[in-house]
Amino acid sequence: MKELILEYIRHEYLDEDEAADMVLDDRTPLISSGIVDSFSMVSLKRFLEKKNGINIPDEEATPQAFDTVASIMVLVNKHLAKKGA
Amino acid sequence: MAYASTIKEAFQADLAGIREKGIYKEERYIHSPQAAHIQVEYPRGAPTREVVNLCANNYLGLSSHPDVVAAAHRALDERGYGMSSVRFICGTQDVHRQLEEKLTEFLGTEDTILFASCLDANAGVFEAILGPDDVMISDRLVHASIVDGIRLCKAMHDTYKHADMAHLEQKLQEHQDRRIRLIITDGVFSMDGDLAPLDQIVALAEQYHAMVFLDDSHATGFIGKTGRGVHEHFGVFGNIDIITTTLGKALGGASGGCVSGRKEIVELCRQRARPYLFSNAVPPPIAAASLKVLEILSATTERRDKLEANANFWRKAVVDAGFVIKDGDSPIVPIMLFNAKLAQDVARDLFAEGVYVVGFFFPVVAAGQARIRTQLSADHDMPMLQRALESFKKVGATYGILGLDKKGIIEKFGS
Repeated sequence: MKELILEYIRHEYLDEDEAADMVLDDRTPLISSGIVDSFSMVSLKRFLEKKNGINIPDEEATPQAFDTVASIMVLVNKHLAKKGA
Repeated sequence: MAYASTIKEAFQADLAGIREKGIYKEERYIHSPQAAHIQVEYPRGAPTREVVNLCANNYLGLSSHPDVVAAAHRALDERGYGMSSVRFICGTQDVHRQLEEKLTEFLGTEDTILFASCLDANAGVFEAILGPDDVMISDRLVHASIVDGIRLCKAMHDTYKHADMAHLEQKLQEHQDRRIRLIITDGVFSMDGDLAPLDQIVALAEQYHAMVFLDDSHATGFIGKTGRGVHEHFGVFGNIDIITTTLGKALGGASGGCVSGRKEIVELCRQRARPYLFSNAVPPPIAAASLKVLEILSATTERRDKLEANANFWRKAVVDAGFVIKDGDSPIVPIMLFNAKLAQDVARDLFAEGVYVVGFFFPVVAAGQARIRTQLSADHDMPMLQRALESFKKVGATYGILGLDKKGIIEKFGS
């Protein structure tokens, strides 16, 4: 899942030359560093919902929760667990 | 008193935080009409000094043009100062409708509705025409007022990488199940000075059955052979569904904006757009002066031609001097410094040299993309631009950045 999200971010938010230069891992700040602007993160939210069959409420899709792939994974796993329950 | 000390302290802490980040905005007092040369008091209390203004949106130099000022005076005498009403109650005069008709003709659309500002036009238009079954697909660098308008609208929204047509096409394909797909772009991007590839956008819109929204605020009056805008420049005049633009930049620079486009869209704005329904009519002197501006621009392209010549000169001159700029085809010429502190320091030193410019940095532009945005005007003449150029060279030499590329500047100052 982590790799899938990182790949999506590379394709959706970075230009080719930026993607080549940048080290992107699950701890890289996304929103606070400006890689992903909070306005454009909506497509990432939809991607996560579609891939995992979950619904992330808007109030939980905060810039803080989406700031690293690690924090995104926490949010996704919470909703996956809810789905499985 | 409900303004408790804890609240007051919290606000003070917010302000301190803004100052600490170095993004506190200060006004500089200008003691003369808006023009290419202005008298500026800065810092507050200092004696005024005359500087070359390279940061106004006064692209055509019409902000203080005698014919425009005279038209405003006449309307002040004949139609009064204010309307004390929204348009649909008792706030519409003959001049308002005349201006809407002239803007329609100038922009090559079917109808036009005036707003108090283009920010209001952008805030009102999406909500007025789109619903939950629709999607707005916007360029990632559109103006903040469009972002606000999109946020107020219940339609789905998505974004594409700046001016990336392959990415836009992918998004159009993804959203084929929506009732309306609205592509949203600026004509000229205000921080970069580049033009949206509108011919390609219109072609994609036709291919994928989408509508096109264009905010041409930094283009109306001077981009395109006769200054009609970016749609004229790219040969798609008459093909844009919705244009928003401002009277607050090249067209006299006072205030006011509009939505111009398909007849039904404009009519829906008159019924539903909240900034139109709940905000006062444009003041009569502004409406009348804007009519005068359109008369001047329809009679001759002299001003936009001079602006183009100035912009071409300036782009080449600053590159020849050894600065890095963003490529573009507009009178917005960003001089790239990449480092936020460097941008502020250079701007401050240029002011001391008699050139008024402003440094921009994150979050206004992307991190590591700090710059000084220079904006040309038809009011600039060669001696002024030469003088400004010499100042840029002098300050650039002080910092040792002339001839350095992006990598060189970042190595020296950090990003």
